[in-house]
Amino acid sequence: MALKKSRVEMPVQDSEARKSNFDEVALGYTEEMALEEAARCLNCKKPFCVEGCPVNVRIPEFIKLITEKKYQEAINVVKSTNSLPAVCGRVCPQEIQCESKCILGRRGEPVAIGRLERFVADWEMEHGNPEVPEIKPNGKKVAIVGAGPAGLTCAGDLARLGYEVTIFESLHEPGGVLIYGIPEFRLPKDIVRREVDYVKRLGVKIETSFIIGRTMTIEELFDKGFDAVFIGSGAGLPMFMRIPGENLNGVYSANEYLTRINLMKAYKFPEYDTPIVSGKKVAVVGAGNVAMDAVRCALRLGAEKAMIVYRRGREEMPARAEEIHHAEEEGVEFHLLTKPVRILGDEKGWVAGMECIRMELGEPDQSGRRRPVPIEGSEFVMDVDTVIMALGTSPNPILVQTTEGLDAHKWGGLITKSETGRTTKPRVWAGGDAVTGAATVILAMGAGKAAAKDIHEYLESGSADW
Amino acid sequence: MNQILRKRVLTPVTKEIVVAAPHIARKAQPGQFVILRVSQEGERIPLTIADFDRDEGTITLVYQEVGYTTRLLGKLEPHDHILDLAGPLGLPAELPDKGRVIAVGGGVGVAPLLPKCKELHRRGINLISIIGARSSDLIILEDEMRACSDELHICTDDGSRGFKGFVSDKLKQMLETELNPDEIDEVIAIGPIPMMKATCAAAKEFGVKTWVSMNPIMVDGTGMCGACRVTVGGETKFACVDGPMFDGHLVDWDEAWRRANSYREQEQIANERCRCGGDRQWL
Repeated sequence: MALKKSRVEMPVQDSEARKSNFDEVALGYTEEMALEEAARCLNCKKPFCVEGCPVNVRIPEFIKLITEKKYQEAINVVKSTNSLPAVCGRVCPQEIQCESKCILGRRGEPVAIGRLERFVADWEMEHGNPEVPEIKPNGKKVAIVGAGPAGLTCAGDLARLGYEVTIFESLHEPGGVLIYGIPEFRLPKDIVRREVDYVKRLGVKIETSFIIGRTMTIEELFDKGFDAVFIGSGAGLPMFMRIPGENLNGVYSANEYLTRINLMKAYKFPEYDTPIVSGKKVAVVGAGNVAMDAVRCALRLGAEKAMIVYRRGREEMPARAEEIHHAEEEGVEFHLLTKPVRILGDEKGWVAGMECIRMELGEPDQSGRRRPVPIEGSEFVMDVDTVIMALGTSPNPILVQTTEGLDAHKWGGLITKSETGRTTKPRVWAGGDAVTGAATVILAMGAGKAAAKDIHEYLESGSADW
Repeated sequence: MNQILRKRVLTPVTKEIVVAAPHIARKAQPGQFVILRVSQEGERIPLTIADFDRDEGTITLVYQEVGYTTRLLGKLEPHDHILDLAGPLGLPAELPDKGRVIAVGGGVGVAPLLPKCKELHRRGINLISIIGARSSDLIILEDEMRACSDELHICTDDGSRGFKGFVSDKLKQMLETELNPDEIDEVIAIGPIPMMKATCAAAKEFGVKTWVSMNPIMVDGTGMCGACRVTVGGETKFACVDGPMFDGHLVDWDEAWRRANSYREQEQIANERCRCGGDRQWL
């Protein structure tokens, strides 16, 4: 049988229908689809895809098991290096990771690795009984700050090694950005809850509404008998543009907008108590995954016009290809090479328009992307009633302010040794967005994993050297 | 955790609860607040810590039943638990070590004022307190305020008790006639936005520094969402991490008022449901 150049399409909810609901957009492969797609894998002797994965999932191995219909074994292979497979199958930017290295990609489309990962993870949730390995307690205690992807991964790995692990989470629900940031239609919250439950079944304790740096300091955690601390507190502080009119009613940070919708379920108001005011003409400033999430939420909350406003060009948009594609299908307008300069208000102080200026691309800047330059005299007013700033986030300074010896870069990221995640303070490790600034779920997981390994080695060695 | 141990009804719409929260009590300082949630569908609201007892491991919260969530909270009784309670949040108040201070509290704002007054009293500050409400039955924590103040003045809008008029009018009158503004180190004013705005205006006339405690809409309370943006001296601050206490003469009051009313319509929808019993009859 000749190999197919194209991958099996992912079934999705119809774009007209999904615009008005929060149900998951990508529906997942059926067994037949998974078998057909898995058969495309060449099972390379030297699998480059594994190198492209930040947690080195043994990709050809699990795909081969799919072709043999050994789904439980397949998911076990994935889970031996990735504790959140149902999440990663949905939100990883596979096109720049594993799939970018696939040999098939040279002549046609790479194997749809992410979709297959999701298939086996979902299969287990439906049919299987997630196995909890036998664990022998080793009598040592580790505290984890933040129940997001980095913290959950680090906790899961350490629990398997026998550590008594407690995660301290500032919000009332664990999951971090998976719960407050990524919308239901891209990552159903039931899936996050199931992944969190699995980590709990490994013996990990999770204390919610517990803010390290406020309710208790890191120093006090050591006093309580913890042998090591891992910080996975994320990048929670929203950035604003510092332009006039940003404090008008109807201007949100993407963090606030998405937290109201995802964590607090404002889209179900008044069944849920948290309200949101999302208008008919919504502009989202920025073009990353968070911006795509926000603009697609705006559509679902009834916007007639949902717009991305971005100062660079199409090529420079940082969002996953699939998110941009889905947003376009749903009718999101893209106003590229456009930069807001001022938000206009009505007599009651609500947003009534946004003045923008057109941009053109000049020489490459530090990020390697061509620098956008304003075109003089090109100002115009966009007709909008809601503005959402999705410009990125930076780490929360509370921990640095309250922990002696814990140092951060000027922009807020914690200083660590890249291989191990060791911070400047002995027995304190860190990883994920708290170190890198806003990045991806899988990179945070990779950092949590690396730190777990080093924590284990350090505590095993009994060395006091740092 | 988070169990309500005692409850007092201060006025028909204002209640005081003492909650077992040893972790928060251990760290709490005057000026800080908590975020709480009452039900699984509930919103997160900030409430200032009105008092704390480290030995007993409790914090005291005082709230007026003005919105949906505070009404739900009002239905909880001793032995009930508050679903989620996080804190202490915000920066502690910076209080002087010596001198003379005027504390001005309007309505339920007297509750967050009290821990600062207690601390000032402990530090030996000469404290003049002015507290007020619409009418005499709405005056709260009078005995507690009297116990830590060198002078206590009561005001009511309708004249049913004490000075007839606003607390800001009383402050102005005192600065004009009885007190030497130069001898006043600072004013601390806490209450509804119009009351704090008027109090700042009165104090500014006499060049007296004035601290206020902002209580804007918040979601997470840890600096994550930016809902609590307030303009202070032309700069955007987050009340949850940069405050909640700010120099009142620098606050953009009109913006604060506007932002406080962002969800007026939604609040009415929620309140309607609460009055009818809605889907929360189990409470």
